[in-house]
Amino acid sequence: MFEQVVFYSFAAVLVLAATMVITVRNPVHAALFLVLSFFASSGLWLLMEAEFLAIALVLVYVGAVMVLFLFVVMMLDINLTVLREGFARYLPVAGMVAVLMFIAIGMVIEHEHFGLEKPASAVTHAADYSNTRELGLALYTQYIWPFEIAAVILLVAIIAAIALTLRHTRQTKAPKPEKQVAVRRQDRVRLIKVDAERQG
Amino acid sequence: MINPFALLEQQLTALGMIPAPLIVVAVIVAKILVIVLPLMGGVAYLTLAERKIIGWIQVRNGPNRVGPLGLLQPIADALKLLTKEMVVPSGASRFLFLIAPILALGPALAAWAVVPFGSEVVLANINAGLLYILALTSLGVYGIIVAGWASNSKYAFLGAMRSAAQIVSYEIAMGFALVGVLIAAGSLNLGDIVNAQRGALGPGSWFFVPLFPLFVIYFISGVAETNRAPFDVSEGESEIVAGFHVEYAGMGFALFFLAEYANMILVSGLASVLFLGGWLSPLPWLTSVPGVGLFFMDGIHWFLGKTAFFLFLFLWFRATFPRYRYDQIMRLGWKIFLPITMVWIVVVAAMVVWHMPPWFAAGARG
Repeated sequence: MFEQVVFYSFAAVLVLAATMVITVRNPVHAALFLVLSFFASSGLWLLMEAEFLAIALVLVYVGAVMVLFLFVVMMLDINLTVLREGFARYLPVAGMVAVLMFIAIGMVIEHEHFGLEKPASAVTHAADYSNTRELGLALYTQYIWPFEIAAVILLVAIIAAIALTLRHTRQTKAPKPEKQVAVRRQDRVRLIKVDAERQG
Repeated sequence: MINPFALLEQQLTALGMIPAPLIVVAVIVAKILVIVLPLMGGVAYLTLAERKIIGWIQVRNGPNRVGPLGLLQPIADALKLLTKEMVVPSGASRFLFLIAPILALGPALAAWAVVPFGSEVVLANINAGLLYILALTSLGVYGIIVAGWASNSKYAFLGAMRSAAQIVSYEIAMGFALVGVLIAAGSLNLGDIVNAQRGALGPGSWFFVPLFPLFVIYFISGVAETNRAPFDVSEGESEIVAGFHVEYAGMGFALFFLAEYANMILVSGLASVLFLGGWLSPLPWLTSVPGVGLFFMDGIHWFLGKTAFFLFLFLWFRATFPRYRYDQIMRLGWKIFLPITMVWIVVVAAMVVWHMPPWFAAGARG
């Protein structure tokens, strides 16, 4: 009973927030609604006793990814009136694609998963069961190769992103602290002995 | 020792009129109040302590007019802020403007749920405690970003941008420092982390010895995360007026203030739990000495004392160091702290795998 109340409130918030993400005009508001929907889904995962995944969702998506998103979105100079134009023009095509996608997804998963009694109920564990530990063991033993390959791909992506934005001409005027610290008095100051001028 | 909360639960059950789920909720609310109310008092008197200590460092008196020794000053400040008008700037996003201070304060308070005050004294003894702390401390930045954006003011926006970039950068170094701790303790549970620091050497067994670089980096990152001097460029009153909270007055401003100080206490408390053995006594050999033996038992007073020590460091930094330049802050975080933490994680992992005595000797830990 209690769990159902919690589930339905989180689910309602999730659906509402997800709808708002695509309907609100202001991109900053949309990003914040996306944050809210991440929160709601993390609540749902907590309800399924997947505490590692739930907290990781908040940590990674809310704490890092969405902060950067907001950062970029706030910097953009977005003209709202331009965004509204063309909605009616694209609606038929977009609507058709959406309906087709929806039907395709429904056909793929319908027979196995729709209906309350179809999925097996989750296995419950005692309070001292650490699913972080279980997840770690599975990742680093059973799935070590997929895990390492994903890590390498991410590393390549990081290096590529840095290489793309790296400018070879030096544009910043930031001083180099190591050079500043290494400066000695002799490099900067020269004392000149000036003879007093003779009068007359 | 009698558990007052168990007693409360018994009394409520004895009344017989209240359904069981409500009793559970009532007991949890009572526990939350027992944590939050002293915390708020601590925040209030931390502001006084800050002014007194900085005054003492700079050879002045500090506030000494309101009440004996100025002890009523925080109450006077709170009353002043409560009675001030809240102004919403024109063109501001009203709802976000009003909710931003709450977004800043909420995570700073919620994180206390998993902090252990004593061996049995913790609100929620969860397995993923350290992860929960990391997740919640990463949320504090939303209050600042939302406040800066919703204010519709360029100074607030600049402050929010600076602050967000700084918090995101230092969170990485901080997270890596915590990874070192969890490798050393072999657990994400904060209570288990403290227990893993119990050893024959007393204070020598605490994690700040084997993890010394991580300890230093954790605390400095903590100072940067809370936007305190010398990393307070997001306020930078000489450059961008007061940063992200320039448009706030009255209670909105007071909530940001509370959030900043509550975060300071949180970082200090976590530093003492993760690196200085939390509630463990520094001189466990003196427990059998008559008279003072009780004082040297493990207990919450050691946790509070260690937290107070870190808080003093916060105030000391503010009184001593000039503000960092922004590019230097970024350089310190990305180019110095991050590589050091990565190297030390490898060192710690090696120490744990090869059971390096005295900290990680085989059989020393359960």
